[in-house]
Amino acid sequence: MLSLLVTLGAAQQVGSTVENPETGILEGIFDGWFGDTFGPLVSAVLGLIIVLTLCSLLPMFWTWAERRIAGRIQQRPGPNRVGPFGLIQALADGIKLMFKEDIIPTQSSRFLFMLAPGIVLAGTFVAFGMLPLSPSVIVVNTHLGIYLITAFLALDAIGVIMAGWASNNKWSILGAMREAAQMVSYEIPLGILFLMAGVTYGSLNLVDMVAEQEGGLFGIGQWMLFRFPPFGFIGFLVFYVAILAEAKRAPFDLPEAESELVSGFHTEYSGIRFSFFFLAEYAAMFLLSGVAVCIFLGGWNLPFISGSFWRDNGMFGELLAVISMLFKSFILVFVMLWLRWTLPRIRVDQVMSFCYKYLTPAAFACLLAAVFWAETKV
Amino acid sequence: MSQLQEMEKRLADGQREYVLDVKTQDMEINMGPQHPATHGVLRVVLTADGEVLTSATPYVGYIHRCAEKIGESVDYKMFLPYTDRYDYLAAMNNNVGYCLAVEKAGGIEVPPRATWLRMIICELNRIGSHLIAFGTYGLDLGAFTPFLYGFREREWVMSLFEKLCGARLTYSYAYPGGVINDAPEGWLDELLRFCDVFDKKYQEYDALLTRNKIFIERTRNVGIVTKDQALRYGWTGPSLRASGVRFDVRESQPYLFYDQISFDVPIGRGEMGTTGDCWDRYYVRMLEMLQCTRMLRQCVERIQADTTPGEFLTKLKNYRITPGEAYVGIDNPRGELGHYVVADGKDVAYRIKIRGPSFCNLSILPEILPGAMLADAVAIIGSMDIVLGEVDR
Repeated sequence: MLSLLVTLGAAQQVGSTVENPETGILEGIFDGWFGDTFGPLVSAVLGLIIVLTLCSLLPMFWTWAERRIAGRIQQRPGPNRVGPFGLIQALADGIKLMFKEDIIPTQSSRFLFMLAPGIVLAGTFVAFGMLPLSPSVIVVNTHLGIYLITAFLALDAIGVIMAGWASNNKWSILGAMREAAQMVSYEIPLGILFLMAGVTYGSLNLVDMVAEQEGGLFGIGQWMLFRFPPFGFIGFLVFYVAILAEAKRAPFDLPEAESELVSGFHTEYSGIRFSFFFLAEYAAMFLLSGVAVCIFLGGWNLPFISGSFWRDNGMFGELLAVISMLFKSFILVFVMLWLRWTLPRIRVDQVMSFCYKYLTPAAFACLLAAVFWAETKV
Repeated sequence: MSQLQEMEKRLADGQREYVLDVKTQDMEINMGPQHPATHGVLRVVLTADGEVLTSATPYVGYIHRCAEKIGESVDYKMFLPYTDRYDYLAAMNNNVGYCLAVEKAGGIEVPPRATWLRMIICELNRIGSHLIAFGTYGLDLGAFTPFLYGFREREWVMSLFEKLCGARLTYSYAYPGGVINDAPEGWLDELLRFCDVFDKKYQEYDALLTRNKIFIERTRNVGIVTKDQALRYGWTGPSLRASGVRFDVRESQPYLFYDQISFDVPIGRGEMGTTGDCWDRYYVRMLEMLQCTRMLRQCVERIQADTTPGEFLTKLKNYRITPGEAYVGIDNPRGELGHYVVADGKDVAYRIKIRGPSFCNLSILPEILPGAMLADAVAIIGSMDIVLGEVDR
């Protein structure tokens, strides 16, 4: 929790250099009461509470959805007993996990073992602060939007390595090493595509990026997906594969790999600490899908709706924007679940060669295309 | 100087293809006896250099239940339920194999209807067993859904067996002298319906796993077992046939009425990579399932045409078998399952020796695992389709 506050405070400090900071969800509201120094921090804390709620509720919904979807794919019902359609199943599981014994192996490195789930969770949750759900529903509206998101998501890798190392289990350490290699590798195409977005939109702020994608043919012509054909589309595919790997989802779930590494880095974790990893994974899925929507799929922009609609209709417009944004992200997350229950797992050397042989060059091609296109336009 | 010499030695060994500039130590990992991918209580001690395995030693015997010794202590009939339990995925085949050996030793006649029923249950159980092999192989490689698809059809196989003999896993259906009861009314028609449905569902398995690009990449050119290696280690069954050896006990030394029906013996052709790789072993099993339905249809046709219902068991006063010995090898889903029975005139066998295919197939692990990756170890062990109950007996 403390690390959350510190990192968010830091983000807020960076964010305070934004030239027009009136767009944050709670920004500026408390400045009159607490002054310029503490005002942003108070608004950040309150924003954080909203984000935390969202971060905890969405993964709960997604664990339920995943199990229902898996059931549908595998011709079985899935959880349908607790509450209507089994919706409260995730809550029941959460309660169960909370009351389970928290086992810490005696031979483990106790401090690191206890710290690791917190770091994984904090990294993912803080990154939510930079994800806009509508023109003004964003906790920290900073020019460094996606830069900070990648930075905080990289904490995830540290937490996982820490967990694997501290568990004092050979399978865990193998999982942790896989995670380290995978995260570092797949951040390269991801980073290159962030650059592509930066070059195209002239900003690293996700709100600005979405604003840049307003209008165009049928209201979707300016989406990155349809820009620089076919490079925008290729970029999206590369980005999606890379976020699958970043979120440790099948077919890139090597760090966990039940059938190979038992459970990989979280083999030794139980109870609420295990659920931290679980929550972080689902939160990361949603977060990265949200980023993909903001960069490639026009954020909350919908076909045939002018970009000013979201801003001119006050709360109503904002609400519709949130719904549109969530809906698009949900589609991407759904595809992740679908893939998980369909595809086998890739081998570790194939994961690496796939990244360096195909994804990275493709991402570079997209970046070059964006650069040349932007150049010729000017 | 000493470090340089050490490097040279390593290279001359051929164990390492590269020279390390830092001193590293291979990691020793225990895979099993409780591991999701060892299909039971197999323990393999692996040493790994990163993800690449440098050596592998299998340890077996965690569920040794003295099956052979029990065979020498209880009478011929009473040993039958124990045969269910060593290869619990192919209990019918085990029953039949044991009964054939006892019948051969004792010169017991079996009515033709019982023989046809035995063929039906053997092939049906082969489908059931291969469905598990198919499903768990997907599971080993991280694909969950094929497992449940396989279980959907296996459930029908189980319920067919349940209708036949009342049990779903350990049947004890074949009996020295025949089978314990006749097929209930309508059972053979349901069997034909199952064959038709199964042939359709097979397409789904093919689409879901066999032709999946990731699956092919994971299994092609992995765990290659050459013809020579396979023969040297006494491999039998689909695993041997995947290495390109056309050897099937049903074809070369026909037992039951296998010489009266027509079927193909699928062998590995290295379609996706090299002959004898994991994909071949997997695919030979898939093709065998199609052959099973083909055989089942012929069996049903012949049993309805040639035999009279009700004649399914030669009742004997006792099973006191005249001194002698007999060996019968049958092709169970994993390879040649041999029963060697030595009788000394009592109703208890003097000696029973079981030749288990999983046990013999498993012994190749130390040779093919080094050099593979950790994830390949799972793929290789899964592709051999071993049942630890039968390895340990």
